[in-house]
Amino acid sequence: MEMVNRPYAAAFEAHAVQHPEVLCLSADLTSSCEIDGFRDRHPEQFLSLGMAEQNMLSFAGGLGLAGFRPFLHSFGVFLYRRPYDQLVASIAYPRRKVRLMGFLPGVTTPGGMTHQAIEDISVMRTLPNMTVLEAGDATEVESIVAEADTVDGPVYCRILRGAVPRLFDTPLRIGQMRVLAEGCDVLVVTAGITTEEAIRARGALAGAGVSVRHLHLNTLKPFDAAQIVDHAASVRHGVVTLENHLVNGGIGSMVAEALAEAGLARRLVRLGLQDTYAHGGSRPYLMRHYGMDALALVRAIERLTGQSTGIDEGALDAVRVEAVHSAVKAEAL
Amino acid sequence: MRNEKSTEEVARGIRARVFEHTIRNNGGYLSQACSAAEQLAFLYNEALNLGPSTMPMVPPPFSGVPSAANPLYRTGAGYNGPFDAVHDRLFIAPAHYALVAYACLIEVGRMAPEGLEMFNRDGSSVEMIGAEHSPGMEVHNGTLGIGLSTAAGLAWGRRRLGHTGRVCVFMSDGEVQEGQTWEAVQAAAHHGIDNLWALMDVNRQQCDGAMDDVMTVGDIATKLRDFGAVVAECDAHDLAALRAAAATPHPGRPLIVLAHSRPTQGMESLMSRFPRLHYVRFKSEEERARMNAEIAAELGVPPVPLETH
Repeated sequence: MEMVNRPYAAAFEAHAVQHPEVLCLSADLTSSCEIDGFRDRHPEQFLSLGMAEQNMLSFAGGLGLAGFRPFLHSFGVFLYRRPYDQLVASIAYPRRKVRLMGFLPGVTTPGGMTHQAIEDISVMRTLPNMTVLEAGDATEVESIVAEADTVDGPVYCRILRGAVPRLFDTPLRIGQMRVLAEGCDVLVVTAGITTEEAIRARGALAGAGVSVRHLHLNTLKPFDAAQIVDHAASVRHGVVTLENHLVNGGIGSMVAEALAEAGLARRLVRLGLQDTYAHGGSRPYLMRHYGMDALALVRAIERLTGQSTGIDEGALDAVRVEAVHSAVKAEAL
Repeated sequence: MRNEKSTEEVARGIRARVFEHTIRNNGGYLSQACSAAEQLAFLYNEALNLGPSTMPMVPPPFSGVPSAANPLYRTGAGYNGPFDAVHDRLFIAPAHYALVAYACLIEVGRMAPEGLEMFNRDGSSVEMIGAEHSPGMEVHNGTLGIGLSTAAGLAWGRRRLGHTGRVCVFMSDGEVQEGQTWEAVQAAAHHGIDNLWALMDVNRQQCDGAMDDVMTVGDIATKLRDFGAVVAECDAHDLAALRAAAATPHPGRPLIVLAHSRPTQGMESLMSRFPRLHYVRFKSEEERARMNAEIAAELGVPPVPLETH
C-alpha cells in the first residue's frame, strides 16, 4: 500500500493559490495542521488568530460576510467544543462559506479526552445548514479541499495528517459513497480510518467464507439513507457500523435511523466508542482497547452470522500490509 | 444620507417611542433607551455613512431562516442602506437593544411607525431580541460577546477588498464580562484592523442589576488599551463629546468609544426601580399609571392613553 506524506499540505496549497478568496486561518496549530509551509510561502493569504477559537469562528463568519472563504485549521475538537455558540450563530445559521478543517479525528491523537473529537459528527450533523465530510485515505484528503470549497454554506471535514495510506484512485465526491465490496451476508459501513480496518478484516473473512458488502462513507451529511437501506436489504444477516467516534449520534445512529424510517428490519451492531470517553494512547492501542479495529469487526460479524470464523489476531496480521503502520509516525502533537 | 431632524430630536424621539411602547405593552427595554438614545441617534444621524434603505418602510413578515431551500432569504441590514465599497456597516451587538434600534430607524425615516407595532408579534420579523432578519440587523448577536469578533472579520475582509467604508459595532459594557470580547480586541489590534470602531454604552447595568454587584469588571478603558485598542471616553448624553470621541485618530488599531451613560437619563422616575432596570415590567397598574404620568411629563409628551379595565 502506498503511503503519502502530508497529503493535506500540498492539496491545500495547490487549491488556495488558485483562489485568492480562500484564506488560511490557524489557531496556534499551524505546523500541527500542515499549513506551516503555506504560511511561509503565502503570508498574505494566512491569518494567525492565536489560541482563541471563539473569536476565530466569529471572525471567520465576518470574513464570510465579506465574500471570503476561510479555511479554519485546528484539531477537530477545538473547532466545535468550546466555540459551539459561535459555530451556530456566526457560521452555521447564516450559511457562511467557512471550511472547518478538523485534524486528529476520534482516537487518531494520543492527547486524551481534551484532544479527541469523539462527538464531532454527532454535533455537526445535527446543525442545520452544515455539511459533514470525512477523508478516509490520502486520495480523499487530497480531493476534500477543492470539493469542500464547492459547498454553498459551511462544511466540517475530518482530516487525516502525516503519512496517510492511499486506498482509492478516484477523488472524493460529495454524496457519493464508495461500494468497496458487494457481498450478500453482512453489510459493513465504515468511514475515515475504520475503512482500512474493514479492508483488513475482509481479507480474512473472505477466506472464512463470509461474504461482506462494504460501504465507505465520505459524506456524513447529507446522508444517503436510501442507498444505505438498499444495501442493507440485500444482505442476509444484518449490518455492522464501525466508526472512529461515539456510536451515539454518529454513523451507527444514522444507519439506525435510516433502517427504522424505511421500516427495514435488520439486526444492527454499532462499533465505535460505546458511550464512553477515551484516554490517551496510540491509535492501534486505542482501536483495540475500545473495540474499533479489524478484530472487533470480525467478532461483530460472527455475532450476526452466529458462526465462528476462526479468525484471530494472527490471521488479521497476515493480511496487514506492514508498510502501512511502520511508515506512520507516532501521532504526536 | 442625512436626515432632516437634528440628532437631539432623534434622541428625544427614540425615548418617546420606547416609552410609549413600554407603557402600552406593560413592559420593554426602557432603560436602554435612556442610556443609548443619543448614541444610536448619533450613529444613524451623523456618524455613519449609510446609504438609503433598500427595504420596505413596513417590515415584511418573517420569511424563513437561511437554508438551501430558502434562496430569497435576506437579512434586515438593508434598512441601513446598500452593501457597497463606500458605505459603513453597523452591528448592534447587544441584540436586546432592538426596541431602541427600531425606534431609531423610525426617527431617521428608515422604517414606518407601524413597524414598532409588529414588535414581538408572532410571525413578525421585528423580533424582541434582534435577529438577522430584523430591521437594521445583519448578524445574530443575541448571545452577547460575538459582535465585535464578527465585525473584526468583516472589517479585515473589507480592507483586503479595498473598501473605504468602515465597520462599526454598537456594544454594551456587560459584554466585557465575556472572554470573547477580549479575544476580539487582541485580534483586531494584532492585525491592525483600523477600519473598525465600536461605540460602547457604558451604563454599568446588566440583566441581574448593577454590574458591580453581578461581576466587577474594573477599569474597562485601561484593560482595552492593554489589549491593543485606542480608547476614547465621553459623556454618552453630550453629543459634542460623542463627536469628539468618535473622531479620535486610531491608525493601526481599532477604536473603542466608551460612552458613559445613565440608565435613567431623561426618565428619572425609573430610579424608583433601580437596580432592576434591564427589562421594565410594571409591578402593578398603579405603578404603570404613575410611570406613565411622571415620565411623560419628563419627556414633555402627553401620557399614553390606556384602556381602562
